[in-house]
Amino acid sequence: MKALFLGLGALFLGTVVALAQADRSKARNGGDARFDYAELSKAPEKARARQNPLAADETAVAGGRNLFERHCAECHGESGEGGKKGPSLVVPEVQDASPGTVFWVLTNGVVRRGMPVWSKLPEAQRWQLVSYLRTLKIDTPPAAASAAK
Amino acid sequence: MVTYDHYLEEPGSLEVAYFSTLGTQRAGHDFHAGWLELEYGVKAWWTTELYLDGQTTFHDSTVFTGFRWENRFRLLQREHFINPVLYIEYEQISEADRIMKEIEGHDVEADHAVPNAEARQGHNHELELKLLLSKNFKGWNVAVNPLATKPLLPSVPWEFGYAVGASRPLALKASAQKCNFCRENFSAGIEMYGGLGDTVSPGLHETSHYLAPAVAWSLPSGWSLRVSPGFGLNDNSHRLLMRWGVSREFSGFGEMVGKLFRGRQ
Repeated sequence: MKALFLGLGALFLGTVVALAQADRSKARNGGDARFDYAELSKAPEKARARQNPLAADETAVAGGRNLFERHCAECHGESGEGGKKGPSLVVPEVQDASPGTVFWVLTNGVVRRGMPVWSKLPEAQRWQLVSYLRTLKIDTPPAAASAAK
Repeated sequence: MVTYDHYLEEPGSLEVAYFSTLGTQRAGHDFHAGWLELEYGVKAWWTTELYLDGQTTFHDSTVFTGFRWENRFRLLQREHFINPVLYIEYEQISEADRIMKEIEGHDVEADHAVPNAEARQGHNHELELKLLLSKNFKGWNVAVNPLATKPLLPSVPWEFGYAVGASRPLALKASAQKCNFCRENFSAGIEMYGGLGDTVSPGLHETSHYLAPAVAWSLPSGWSLRVSPGFGLNDNSHRLLMRWGVSREFSGFGEMVGKLFRGRQ
């Protein structure tokens, strides 16, 4: 029985390690195209046109921040600056996208590239996240920043 | 606790859970079946899960009853009117298994009256298929899970069952403050599950069915607690199946394990 437990544990751990290694080598070889923003352009017109119903709600940003820290920061970084698993959210591609577009990507995820669907959060919470994402500061590339000075 | 929605584990995250079912038994002794669950998000479209089952029958004994390996595959990339997920599970369990994770075929209360020493002599190798259909509507999640099980013996027929459920968070908006007891951290729902016979004798006769309210509490720290008393709906059912479970999610587990085996670079 003990051998069975150990065997199953080893099999499960082995699978996790093998899959983690496969992901890493893919990223090293440049074969991982997770970090682009093409998905934003796939939002249907009707979805893009949707307005944030919580845009005027002063508590929406604070609620959205809590949700971001709980569900998003692990991949996208604590300030949305991007991480190993998720792209930066403080780039013009995201910040200039309409609220409806961001909401659509949140709802549908980018499943092929590792972002889960977030429709498990109620609609109001997804709009709170959209409100919070709007408050993140856009990263200015160093060259552009010095030119501005 | 029995019905699945279409949401999978986040990629790279590991959820470790302990669940148990406390069952009353009219003929024979009450039992407490527990199982350890390791759920890993392999991809955003694939979750794999290992179960280790055991049970204690009061005034009898405690036995390890087997393992299950479950895989869930998201079939569509985006959200649709109804979202399907394919569920495939291989089970190698003894007939003493009483976790009752699903009810299928002609499962009835009397099956569990057999003493452990006798029941554990029988072994089941089964393949179980489910289609998890789920939809969100105004904050509610409604899910329907038809299931078919095939013991891996040619002479044994396919068995069928179902689970349907609906649940909703107590609040749809997140609070501005960080809190453990905010209403959005709690959800409540109800589910019904039971057997539908087999290919030889399909239908509702000699089957058991349960109705179970359920409450879940998810803390921001990754801990979750779930409780669900299930009430038998006919004479073939246990009068009460009291289920509860606690789980902890470890984000970034895959990356952590990968680092451990790669060393520092």
